[in-house]
Amino acid sequence: MVEVVLETQNLTKRYGDFVAVNNLNLVLGSGQVFGLLGPNGAGKTTSILMLLGLTEPTSGFVRVLGLDPTRNPLAVKARVGYLPDQIGFYDELTARENLGYIARLNGISRPEAKRRIEAALERMGLAEVAEKRVRTFSRGMRQRLGLAELLLKQPRIIIMDEPTLGLDPEAARDFLNLIRELKNDNITVLLSSHMLHQVQAVCDRVGLFHKGVMVLEGSVPELARNVLGGAYRIHVQAESRNGDVEHALQGLPGVLAVQRPAASQYVVEAAHDLRAEAAQAVIQAGGRLAALDMAEPSLDDIYTRYFQEVQHGARN
Amino acid sequence: MALATETLRPARVREGSPWTGLWAVVAKDMADHLTSTRMRILELLIVLTAVGTVFAATENLRDTVGQDRFLFLRLFTTGQEPLPAFIGFLSFLVPLLAIGLAFDAINGEFNRRTMSRVLAQPIYRDALLLGKFLAGLFTLSLVLTAIWLLIIGMGILRLGVPPGGEEVGRLLFFLLATIFYGGIWLGVALLCSTVFRQTATAALTALAVWLFFIIFWGMLANLAARTLAPVQLGTPQEIIAQVETSQALARLSPNTLYVEATIGLLNPSTRSFGLVLPTQLQGALLGAPLPLDQSLILIWPQLTALIAITILLFALSYVIFQRQEIRA
Repeated sequence: MVEVVLETQNLTKRYGDFVAVNNLNLVLGSGQVFGLLGPNGAGKTTSILMLLGLTEPTSGFVRVLGLDPTRNPLAVKARVGYLPDQIGFYDELTARENLGYIARLNGISRPEAKRRIEAALERMGLAEVAEKRVRTFSRGMRQRLGLAELLLKQPRIIIMDEPTLGLDPEAARDFLNLIRELKNDNITVLLSSHMLHQVQAVCDRVGLFHKGVMVLEGSVPELARNVLGGAYRIHVQAESRNGDVEHALQGLPGVLAVQRPAASQYVVEAAHDLRAEAAQAVIQAGGRLAALDMAEPSLDDIYTRYFQEVQHGARN
Repeated sequence: MALATETLRPARVREGSPWTGLWAVVAKDMADHLTSTRMRILELLIVLTAVGTVFAATENLRDTVGQDRFLFLRLFTTGQEPLPAFIGFLSFLVPLLAIGLAFDAINGEFNRRTMSRVLAQPIYRDALLLGKFLAGLFTLSLVLTAIWLLIIGMGILRLGVPPGGEEVGRLLFFLLATIFYGGIWLGVALLCSTVFRQTATAALTALAVWLFFIIFWGMLANLAARTLAPVQLGTPQEIIAQVETSQALARLSPNTLYVEATIGLLNPSTRSFGLVLPTQLQGALLGAPLPLDQSLILIWPQLTALIAITILLFALSYVIFQRQEIRA
């Protein structure tokens, strides 16, 4: 059993009549990577600010490393690194000076700070521009400087708000690798993002926010079962002169539905893995099998399907 | 539901010192102030004014060296047409300098989007706001003290005599009053920077408040006194009542307080700022200087008011800042 590092119970934030976050229950263990998803204004940033003690909850309970962020904010903030969505630095200071300020605010001793700053700049590939003013930095460089700041603090938990927004593909890939490294160092990462395939690539679990409520929570396959009806989607590409192939696929035990998006393409939704049976059925029906593979349920599909259902009133 | 009722009650006690990180903020902000172009321009302006007015004053004072006990005080108060005295300039330049130091203190952090990052470090908001205020006040003190020393140095060089003990004492209190006069405008600017998210709005509002007090407040005090204490029969009592009301109202302005404090300190013969009735002058040597402690008693209310207003303005900014949402 992993150690629980972050826990909320019925965490709620109201602004007047507007409920920004409603009864959030969340448990994160050490070394886990958790993704917060949801449209803008769904309550992700408010939840993050409450975890850090930067906003006081209206009601509910938060424990970060066993500490209450409203009662003991200094201890919490010393152990939690935060990368805000729109990251700003002091433009007129150099990268090194910006990190130096953060080190002083954290009460890190001068020689120790110097050592950690060197290491962080080196790791984020900023050693060569350490003496340049941040004014000249690109968006990607600023993001890396933000990460260098997190590394400098050596936190137990890292919270990131939209960390990959505006990064070029290479920078985004580096960034995902860094998250995996952090996970290996047993650091817990909580990130919010709209980049669903990136979230799927690094997160152990995700939570989907809608109007202040975390409506879904779990690993991606769990969500797929929940939202997509637990279906295995098998893509079959096969030539056939008549409708025999479609018929044969439909006749297989365990098949829920067969769609035919193009003349020679079939999508089989099944309750379990039917790839071998499907191949056999196509050939027995006289079809020429060209390709067959099973699609991993993607977070994109889950997200799109969920919000379609919300719009059609199937879910609330 | 025992848990829910327990956690619904907001936490009353915060743990950890509110001053954690204070000196890091002070050091960083002071370094910013001392290297910023804005401050260099204002400092240059003040130094040029100081050199110009003191040069002109020494030209005048050279003739009276040896006859005047308070030669060094005259350095600050003597003007030569068309140049006014240095203290005349100071009551303009100090507010400008103070507003320049603080008008973007808080909203600047929001606009640069550094606020949430800084407050995510293990410090309280108290440390950030007080740090910014102290950085401004220390910078102001540093600049004013440097100019003060420059003027005295120039005086020694050009007049050829050292300042006396009482002169130095009076000048030190004058420096203190000037620093806290600046502190008031620093407080006004800090308050504006907390209330308004646009730095330009904050700067213009602070300047508008300053102009209001420097230009309009005197006129308004006069008008208000005429309504509050009208002279109907023209008796001396009525006239005195009106003048006193007008003066009391005028003293709500930091400018009046500062000007009165400087007059009391730099003109040792000042005995009162209000009307003096002939009966009160019995036995007084007209024109004879008061000793320093008597002058201090005279300006004590003004001096404490300058310090108190500074603290009040800071407290107001503090309350507003504590209630603000950090999300930019």
